[in-house]
Amino acid sequence: MIPSAFEYHSPTSVEDALGLLGRFGDDAKLLAGGHSLIPLMKLRLAAPEHLIDLGRVQGLSYIRDEGGAIAIGAMTTHSAVAASELLRSRVAVLAEAAASIGDVQVRNRGTIGGSLAHADPGADLPGVMLALNAELVARGASGTRTIAAADFFTDLLSTALEPNEVLTEIRIPVLPANTGSTYLKFANQASGYAIVGIAAVVTVSGATVADARVGVSGVGETASRASGTEQALRGQPANADAVKRAAQQAADGIEPLGDIHASAEYRSHLVRVFAERALNTALGRAQGRG
Amino acid sequence: MAGAHVSITVNGKSYEREVEPRLLLVHFLREELGLTGTHIGCDTSQCGACTILLDDIAVKSCTMFAVQADGRSLTTVEGLAQGGQLHPVQEGFWEEHGLQCGYCTPGMIMSVVGLLQANASPSEQEIRHAIHGNLCRCTGYQHIVNAVQYAANKMAEGAKQPIGAD
Amino acid sequence: MTSQVDIPKLVGARVKRREDPRLITGNGQYTDDIQLMRGLHMAVRRSEYGHARITRIDTSAAKSMPGVVAVLTADDLTDVLGPMPAAPATPDTKIAPRNVLTKDKARHVGDPIAVVVAEDRYQARDAVDAIEVEFEELPAVVDLEAAMQPGAPKVHDQFDDNVAFYWTLHTGEVDEAFANAGIVVKQRMESQRLQGVPLETRAILADYQPGEDHLTLWTSTQAPHLLKPIIGGMLGMPENHVRVIAPEVGGGFGVKADLYPEEVLCCVLSRRLGRPVKYVETRSENFQATVHGRGQLGEYEIAATKDGKVTGLRVKILADLGAYQGFFGNVVPTLSGLMLTGVYTIPALHCDIYGLFTNKTSTGAYRGAGRPEATYYIERMMDLLARELNMDPVELRRRNLIPTEAFPYQTASGMLYESANYGPALEKALQMIGYDRVREQQKGGPENGKYTGIGVSTWTEICGFGPSAALPGVGGWEMGKVTIERTGMVTVHTGTSPHGQGQETSFAQIVADEFGVPMENIRVIHSDTDKVAHGVGTFGSRGTTVGGAAILMSINKVKEKMKRFAANMMDANEDDLDVSGGRVWVKGSPDKGVTIGEVAAAAYFPAAFPPDTEPGLEAISYFEPPNFAFPFGVHAAVVEVDSATGQIALKKYVAVDDCGTVISPLLVAGQVHGGVAQGIGQAFYEDVVYDENGQLISGTLMDYALPHAEDFPTFELDRTVTPNPMNPLGAKGIGEAGTIAASPTVVSAVVDALKPLGIKHIDMPLKPERVWRTIQAAGRPS
Repeated sequence: MIPSAFEYHSPTSVEDALGLLGRFGDDAKLLAGGHSLIPLMKLRLAAPEHLIDLGRVQGLSYIRDEGGAIAIGAMTTHSAVAASELLRSRVAVLAEAAASIGDVQVRNRGTIGGSLAHADPGADLPGVMLALNAELVARGASGTRTIAAADFFTDLLSTALEPNEVLTEIRIPVLPANTGSTYLKFANQASGYAIVGIAAVVTVSGATVADARVGVSGVGETASRASGTEQALRGQPANADAVKRAAQQAADGIEPLGDIHASAEYRSHLVRVFAERALNTALGRAQGRG
Repeated sequence: MAGAHVSITVNGKSYEREVEPRLLLVHFLREELGLTGTHIGCDTSQCGACTILLDDIAVKSCTMFAVQADGRSLTTVEGLAQGGQLHPVQEGFWEEHGLQCGYCTPGMIMSVVGLLQANASPSEQEIRHAIHGNLCRCTGYQHIVNAVQYAANKMAEGAKQPIGAD
Repeated sequence: MTSQVDIPKLVGARVKRREDPRLITGNGQYTDDIQLMRGLHMAVRRSEYGHARITRIDTSAAKSMPGVVAVLTADDLTDVLGPMPAAPATPDTKIAPRNVLTKDKARHVGDPIAVVVAEDRYQARDAVDAIEVEFEELPAVVDLEAAMQPGAPKVHDQFDDNVAFYWTLHTGEVDEAFANAGIVVKQRMESQRLQGVPLETRAILADYQPGEDHLTLWTSTQAPHLLKPIIGGMLGMPENHVRVIAPEVGGGFGVKADLYPEEVLCCVLSRRLGRPVKYVETRSENFQATVHGRGQLGEYEIAATKDGKVTGLRVKILADLGAYQGFFGNVVPTLSGLMLTGVYTIPALHCDIYGLFTNKTSTGAYRGAGRPEATYYIERMMDLLARELNMDPVELRRRNLIPTEAFPYQTASGMLYESANYGPALEKALQMIGYDRVREQQKGGPENGKYTGIGVSTWTEICGFGPSAALPGVGGWEMGKVTIERTGMVTVHTGTSPHGQGQETSFAQIVADEFGVPMENIRVIHSDTDKVAHGVGTFGSRGTTVGGAAILMSINKVKEKMKRFAANMMDANEDDLDVSGGRVWVKGSPDKGVTIGEVAAAAYFPAAFPPDTEPGLEAISYFEPPNFAFPFGVHAAVVEVDSATGQIALKKYVAVDDCGTVISPLLVAGQVHGGVAQGIGQAFYEDVVYDENGQLISGTLMDYALPHAEDFPTFELDRTVTPNPMNPLGAKGIGEAGTIAASPTVVSAVVDALKPLGIKHIDMPLKPERVWRTIQAAGRPS
């Protein structure tokens, strides 16, 4: 319940935050919404000596339509993402995933950037980022770089962010016309984390599936794409039978975790079931149904 | 570790304190300010007993440091009733037997106040969804749902009355 | 007619709670809300191992930490007298010595080893990390059947084995019943370990005043009066120098009816340090150190005739006591034994219960305590029997219900059920759930792999404890004192210790009706042993039944004395007087009377004393129940099971309960709702999980799953009323009803849904994976 002592830093700009990161290195942790980090600190599973609070850094909370992409500031809360009309209408999968995180209070504090940088295996958003081919913008002392979502989630609780980098923005490429998406989650009854979270994005061309992307959260140590399913669906007739066949491969290549809430075998099974259901919903939306 | 100076407005009153950076906001409220209506029920942000409003948004005060609230304005359960008049949500909990042991109640009430600010006439399912972050072990939630419906109706009636009407 | 009879009765009416205004405004005072000057904080160093020898403890670093006032281990506790007491199950029950800090061996994760006292809670917590403890890990006893095996590791080295007690019951010609049975059905069933999870964890504050040699202990307990003599005994203090207060208590559910090492430690440390000492358990500690509930394995055999008449029951129960014994830990499994036959006429019964030590947290009372297990088992067995007989499970129940004319009814387990009328409750529940309609709907088969099921479960329970003989060392009576103050206000003292049940309201309703005075004039005082002379406590659905009855006795005594004063005032014969409507008046001429205020004034002022009458209007009574109470009911549920995932959706839930006379319908509904939620929690979600080393895997609320608001439909409630003829109020108790009834009801519904797949039983909790695996194993996946 009571965290270890730390020194608190409250920079007001990304530059200042980077300066502090440079100074304290591994002894420092960035604090965003705090809903991953603070519980760990209270259980003393994390005890950073320096806490750099990004809460007062200006200009990191926004959702902007930038033409080819929607740009989301890293400190944008899950509530803001879930409520955004822009996202709900254009990238339903992201708004739905944000709405499924934790509970109201958690969503009111938790941020998109914080969740992605923490990269909890049970987090909802990593698979969504993969399915959307999102780009994550990191700023470091030497400048800004853009990391493709596919390269971002490197390992359990690990990302491609360098220790002296701050995640500042998430860029969602605009989805093509005739695209539908959804997020479907099998939640841990206790924690609310994803046991399985399927982000499905389907584009149709007439009666054919032009493209399908499926991100899988909660199952392995990191989120991943169900590439077998995606390939199996592309070019297929846009119907439930094709989805059903393709979904059988949704767990291929994933090494599922197992715990008291769901065994590895059950997680694999759920991935297939939920992939089918999510793809059907996304397909329906792509076809203008629902 | 160095103390930090914070200036926090709680229930309309401004407080200045030197605090240890690791002081949880809920402990600040309870121990520094003596506002013990905000409770603690877990250590992993599941139970919601510590829910308060941070600039009118429902948050869990056990998952924030007091230093993060510097310069912000908070509302706790103690700040709801105005001039001896219960807030409609408080009234709903009383009318509908929305509490038994009362421990989850302040946090539950604050969540509901947050809900009704965002959605003035929630459906039963919306109410149940909105209090997902608040655990109650006594009521089975049913009378809480009734309490929220009571409060929503009451607030809707109040909103219909002309300004200045009593 | 006259004002006396026109006052609307409050008993039975919807009355808002008087407790609520303080609780909804944040003014309720729970233990941790009390801040005393110079108060210290205690934190506990606990074992992280399930079973380990403690080879070295070094507290020197902790002692030098900032703000630390004291660090203690078992060796430092010379002023604690003896281990913590526990009630036995049988005369020869082995009671494991449970010291407030363990010395040589840690026997469960969370076993307290050392304590720190510091100026603030942050410093105390920091210093806990600085205590060095070296452990030598030992093989742990986790599984109940393994604990019984010869050669199993022993939790307590001084005992021959892990069996703390063996309790048995044998009635009727059991072997004959089985030999002659038309059908025998067997099933092994589990009633898993649970956490009580009151939203307020345990909180304790002790303040010793050396001048008066007086100790005040504020603690989040259900039974302050039970603690008082025990704390006094363990500290070597006279009982009447100890004051135990249960301030606002944030939920109990049985787990706070126990006593705990931290309570003794805070008292000892306050006495030693001369300063108040507070301890507040974290939720993680609560999961390790507050007693768990359930933890039983039942092996059942039921014998019946071909036409579905149950003739015999053979039962073996293994009960998990954990590492030590909670105060009621031994007693709980025996309550299962007493309730084995449920609401049915079962003439022959054999039962063996083994209480077993394991390397897990001690078990104790948790809402229902022994009765949910018994009810679950017998109801499951009735379903299984119906399945084998190819009979409708409701029809099977009808054939075996104890008939109304048979009451009072002596069960094979030795219980005397005082009154019941099961049939109408059953029919009402069936009508509410739409039984025939759902059965018809099921004929259509599953839709999209979703199977509909209906479950109907009867329940009865033993509650309203005493009589006293049933609670040795505690007593089963309750105290109620009624005082008419000089101004006519009424003060009630009750020995119960309500913590959410709302008896400040329901007891005031009783008093208001009896005297005809407004609720506002009545104050109910409880949970402070210096204010309330004696009491037992609030647990086992006894508050209203036993506590309320004691108050009623005192009301009647006070009425008699009122009449004496009033007779003197009015120059009337006291036998001609009646008390109601706030007056004492002459029967037959209601206009002639005096107000209670006038009588009170007379009772405390010498001029008005009648001859041979002591001043004052006050009575104290102890109600000793002649028998337990046996409320009953029927619950029913409809579920939908997604065979592709194993997920369950609870579509409809109805409860028809009979708790005798209802004092406060609003509060009864609240008790049923909460109880049902907890019963469904056990059936679907909750599970304490240890690994084979005794490591607690479900140690936080991120891993121990509780139900949320979204998990439930609106529960539909109704009742029948069969007054309890052995209780002055006619009451039977309702606190545990929902919990007892709900688990078998919803499990039955799920199993019923999966009947087309050949599934007959699934052990709780019915987590989706378990349901899915059962479907897979049934070989007919959708």
